[in-house]
Amino acid sequence: MDVKAVRGFVGNKLTFDDVSAKDGMKIASEMAPEDVLAIVGASGLRGRGGAGFPAGKKWEFARSQPGTPKYIIANADEGEPGTFKDRLILTDHPELVFAGMAIAGRAVGAEFGILYLRAEYGWLREHLENALDACRAAKLLGKDILGTTGFDFDISIRMGAGAYICGEETALLESLEGRRGDARNRIPFPVQAGYLGKPTVVNNVETLAWVPCILVKGPSWFAAMGTRKAPGAWLFSVSGDCKRPGIYEYPFGTSLRQILSDVGAENAKAVQVGGASGTCVPPSEFDRTLTPGDLATGGSIIVFGPGQDMFAVAENFQHFFADESCGQCIPCRVGNQRMLEAIQRMRRDGLDEETEHTLRQLATTMNVASKCGLGQMSSRAFISILNNFASELPGRNA
Amino acid sequence: MTSELITVTIDGKELQVSPGTTVLEAARKLGIHVPTLCHHDDLCAEALYSQTTSKMHEDTSDPRKHAESGMLSTPSSCRLCLVEVEGLAKLHASCALPIHNPMTVRTTSTAIRHARHDILELMMSEHYGDCFACPRNGTCELQGLCRDYGVTSNSFGRPEKPLFDYADPENIIQRDMNKSILCRRCVRMCALYQGVYALTTEGRGDHSRISTFMGREMKDAWCINCGQCINRCPTGALSERDDTEAVWRAIEDPDKIVVIQTAPAPRAAIGECFDCEPGTPLTFQMNTALRRCGFDKVFDTNFSADLTIMEEGSELLSRLYKAVVLKDNSAALPQFTSCSPGWIKFIETFYPQYLPNLSSAKSPQQMMGAVVKTYFAEKNGWDPSKIVSVSLMPCTAKKFEAGRPEMDASGYRDIDYVLTTRELSRMFKQTGLDLPKLEKSEFDDPFGTPTGSGVIFGATGGVMEAALRTVIEIVTGEKVETLFDKADIMPVRGFDGVRMAEVTIKKVGPVPAILSHLVPDFDWLKGVTLKVGLAHGTANAIRVMQDIAEGGPLSTCHFIEFMACPGGCLGGGGQPIPTDKEIRAARAKAIYSEDEHYQVRKSHENEDVLRIYKEFFKEGPCSHKSHELLHTHYKERA
Repeated sequence: MDVKAVRGFVGNKLTFDDVSAKDGMKIASEMAPEDVLAIVGASGLRGRGGAGFPAGKKWEFARSQPGTPKYIIANADEGEPGTFKDRLILTDHPELVFAGMAIAGRAVGAEFGILYLRAEYGWLREHLENALDACRAAKLLGKDILGTTGFDFDISIRMGAGAYICGEETALLESLEGRRGDARNRIPFPVQAGYLGKPTVVNNVETLAWVPCILVKGPSWFAAMGTRKAPGAWLFSVSGDCKRPGIYEYPFGTSLRQILSDVGAENAKAVQVGGASGTCVPPSEFDRTLTPGDLATGGSIIVFGPGQDMFAVAENFQHFFADESCGQCIPCRVGNQRMLEAIQRMRRDGLDEETEHTLRQLATTMNVASKCGLGQMSSRAFISILNNFASELPGRNA
Repeated sequence: MTSELITVTIDGKELQVSPGTTVLEAARKLGIHVPTLCHHDDLCAEALYSQTTSKMHEDTSDPRKHAESGMLSTPSSCRLCLVEVEGLAKLHASCALPIHNPMTVRTTSTAIRHARHDILELMMSEHYGDCFACPRNGTCELQGLCRDYGVTSNSFGRPEKPLFDYADPENIIQRDMNKSILCRRCVRMCALYQGVYALTTEGRGDHSRISTFMGREMKDAWCINCGQCINRCPTGALSERDDTEAVWRAIEDPDKIVVIQTAPAPRAAIGECFDCEPGTPLTFQMNTALRRCGFDKVFDTNFSADLTIMEEGSELLSRLYKAVVLKDNSAALPQFTSCSPGWIKFIETFYPQYLPNLSSAKSPQQMMGAVVKTYFAEKNGWDPSKIVSVSLMPCTAKKFEAGRPEMDASGYRDIDYVLTTRELSRMFKQTGLDLPKLEKSEFDDPFGTPTGSGVIFGATGGVMEAALRTVIEIVTGEKVETLFDKADIMPVRGFDGVRMAEVTIKKVGPVPAILSHLVPDFDWLKGVTLKVGLAHGTANAIRVMQDIAEGGPLSTCHFIEFMACPGGCLGGGGQPIPTDKEIRAARAKAIYSEDEHYQVRKSHENEDVLRIYKEFFKEGPCSHKSHELLHTHYKERA
């Protein structure tokens, strides 16, 4: 496959196209690690994986941990249904990701990075290895980067094996260590004891790609975009029933309506924001904005046009979760199976009040009791569809 | 502890804990019961540490350590121990929540109660099986919680048919995935305590299950049949092959003479199946009960334990003689004990290069079987083909040992059926016996003199202690009490995972007649320091084997005792459920106090043993006839 084929999907102008990784690296190499940390912190950069945790804070935690060595891991297990922005970054600007990792390494005090690539992106591996070689040749990786004594960093690529759960950072770490991808207990956190039990920063591909941009253009340039609470811009993967699907860059706080108009989906019946584990938004809420606190997202927007059966959508998502749960904790493993069966039944027979109550309670249990984000989020899509589209069920009036 | 204590408030009660204590542990210290199905006290960090480390083996560079690390922490998979923490959203599994800062916790609330109820309903929604017919009916932790939380299965129903195929009924370790809740206690037990890794989690999402390598049946997996998984299973997903029906049929067959031998460890534990405190010895009540069940003779495995010591101890002396005096390299040292069948399958599977080190002596169970169908049958004029030899063992691996094809040197199977403590307690209940209330009665002759040395076989270190009592007296010609007060050889006792002890032989006596065919004199032992080692739980056996391979301190030992199960036989896989450190300690206490009260506490003083050498084996231990009946051989298992 032509690795550049994805280029055709870019919908508007991307910041990444204008920034040189080398410039970012040059600035970082001339700065003290504390200053790098301060700049990333000041920019307000938040993680792009979906949880939106401030990147600077994560790095600071890792930096203050006593253990050595420390590791920087790029989470390229882009498995959320409907996201493909990381694939674009990895194809077009891998050096930005590598630079982001190296800069993170400088800030945190790590000399080794791993890019965890999802199995389905295996065809990108050669391309990425070539890009790594090019970076090494250009002294952007290796020993004494850009001539700065003591700035050492190198990266290796490791492959996932096709499990959605391995995009969850602790399951990713288990997978990296050669075990089945089971979510770990959240205490200790990966920044305390991550890969091989050492302090580890796991960042999304896009988060890392923004880092050299921030160094080149300055934290205030970044903070000026978006909202006060969530500065910066974001790449969105837009797919589904729209005229111009693709990858779009928007600042935080952009309204859903704006995006739908840009992609040619004004008549959308519903929009799934945040992939399978996200929320299904009805037209009445299209003025909501894409920002943590309102519609948080991992960058995926799936448009459903008129005529889509929303409970078929719910069933599809639920099927995905029943299959992709790591199988460890009961609320997620069994809860998703029972939820799926219930959706299949209600599509056939409708939904009585008592069952609805049971299912809403189950959704709450899965949300509060599951071990990791997968189980905690997996009933969200169904519940938002139930809240907004219950009239589509048999026996209910439209 | 140098670190500062932290204050945690749970349900309004305050407690000072050291950093890293989990909320679950803190709650328990406060007497607050938090339900859990995936946590087990034997699998918490503290218990794991005390079981698997010892002073000799603190090597942290061990690569296995890291391989284990993922399993060391609780999977927190059942999510029943959820609590609310002030200032934190959602609910948190208290078993996986270490206390590092002061926190305020609630263990009950509407949200928690609803979540627990839902979780139990979810477990039952994939739980297929009949509670009444389940071997764990009454001791099932899931059943107990469903009762407590009023689970009706109304929310999500129950499966109408089995979701998983049933395993081969020939498996000694029976697995029924229809009852598994995937808590992984079995997986972690097998890996962390036993080092066997026979069980694993397979598949993802709705395909998750506990499996073996390549999904093999347990009998074909690299399982050592120790049954430790069964003892940790919260439900009936794991159990042993039920042989009670076959034993009943033999008892009810008028043509058969059914004899039973009882091992020491079940006596200290069977009371737990009858609501007694752990460590209530019911040895003699059990004899009465066995006769009431219809067994024709009740023998004491202590007899053959003493026989084992005579054979194994003599073997050790002749190996030492060969090595020290004759400089014969064929005498492999250290000699390893051979009475734990889980350990035997373990070494045959994982360390076959050390098979020459294993004592060729059969285990007490098999020795008793062999002499019952020969010596005893001859003496009483019984037709050995009509004797059905049953044994009561704390052990599931004994079922495998009894079935080993080579165990029939007399022309008849040494042992026909093995019952675990749990199986026998069911037979007693079927007979309507309230065991603790029965009158006491003695064992049957000629294998009925109970001895202390036989009894302590039930605890880790017991075989070694019994062997030392005999070897020291035979070699020095002096009472062992001159070296160890009351003949209690304290250095070999205890629950440390790997232990070592040594005794210097200061003087030697004449060779007793019974051993004169093996060694001419003991002069070569004068001034020798006899070094012994002990390990229990096969994960510790791995540590010993690694140490030996590296030429560490254990490689200098002369004799090493290995017990497959943590705690030795008293912690065996056939013992009553539940088990934990305190329960095992109570059983050990009962065993050692029984030893103290016996008149005969040394194997070579057991008159039944001396008689059988005189009347039957004639040429003494390790002679031609004893080799034929009391010794065996081993095979490498791929």
